[in-house]
Amino acid sequence: MVEERPRASDRLPSKADDFLPHRWAAHAAAAYNHRCPDGYPLACRQSVRYTLNHMVQFSRPRLDASFAALSDATRRGVLEQLGRADASITDLAEKFHMTLTGMKKHVGVLEQAGLVATKKVGRVRTCKLGPRRLEEETAWLEGYRQLWASRFDELDKVVEELTRKEKVDGRKKRE
Amino acid sequence: MDARRESETTPVKNPTTVERKSERELVVTRTFNGPARIVFEAWTKPELLKRWWAPKSFGVSLLSCEADVRVGGTYRLVFGHAASKPMEFFGRYIEVTPHSRLVWTNEEGGDGGAVTTVTFEEEGGKTLLVMHDLYPSKEALDGAIASGSTGGMGETFEQLDELLVVLGANVGRS
Repeated sequence: MVEERPRASDRLPSKADDFLPHRWAAHAAAAYNHRCPDGYPLACRQSVRYTLNHMVQFSRPRLDASFAALSDATRRGVLEQLGRADASITDLAEKFHMTLTGMKKHVGVLEQAGLVATKKVGRVRTCKLGPRRLEEETAWLEGYRQLWASRFDELDKVVEELTRKEKVDGRKKRE
Repeated sequence: MDARRESETTPVKNPTTVERKSERELVVTRTFNGPARIVFEAWTKPELLKRWWAPKSFGVSLLSCEADVRVGGTYRLVFGHAASKPMEFFGRYIEVTPHSRLVWTNEEGGDGGAVTTVTFEEEGGKTLLVMHDLYPSKEALDGAIASGSTGGMGETFEQLDELLVVLGANVGRS
């Protein structure tokens, strides 16, 4: 299979519509099965290890389900909408100019992936963000914390060195 | 002397905490074993900043680090990776109060960027650092989290993408 190389514009994470989840999921799985050859730069192996460590938290079927769920612009819109407020399927169908049946399908896919949770009260099915979103936020915050913790560990060394230098210089001045 | 060697082999690191304080705010805290003027210096001199901003464990290196730390001054950090395009982070300092407070914008992501405030508070020779990111909206912070967490799209996958090309090329040759 010949794959087209992604263009620079495909890669901007902010442009969600250019996000090509299936290909990336396939690549991630391929990278998982490959090992970096020993001769490959250490930096690269570390970044792959980082990626994999990050991904291992999610089982592969779940990851696939998430990617599939997020591959659709309407479904991403629904998640955004639910991030603002819970909504019924009817509300969502109206907002996205869709039939009730069409919206039910989308919500079903999101629910399957754990991204949305629904609850039926009387005749109304209410949707809210699912447990998976919260897990992701927690995982992201932990990744962010680790990033800063490792920066700060390096900063410790700089602070220690400058403090020591200041003490030596101060002593010299007093002499 | 011996005591110091011991503390060097088993360094006790101060904990780093991260909290989503509100819909629009992220707060990171950390204490440093040194006076505020020194910690502040390490944040404001580019030659010091680049010694710690890209730790080795990231697998990326800082290609360049410019920071004109004064009100209205700009900064630009460029990260490089063996197998991918450089990434740039840039913005402007909007408040610089020596040894106690730094505020800057994050403009690489367009309008959705946070305003970062770092405060340095000295007590008993130690410095409590609080880094506060304020996003323009809940959606902007949610977006930042989503782009970084859903299987790590964005940077990480870009790296994988590039890596696979390299691996593919190697396989083709051998």
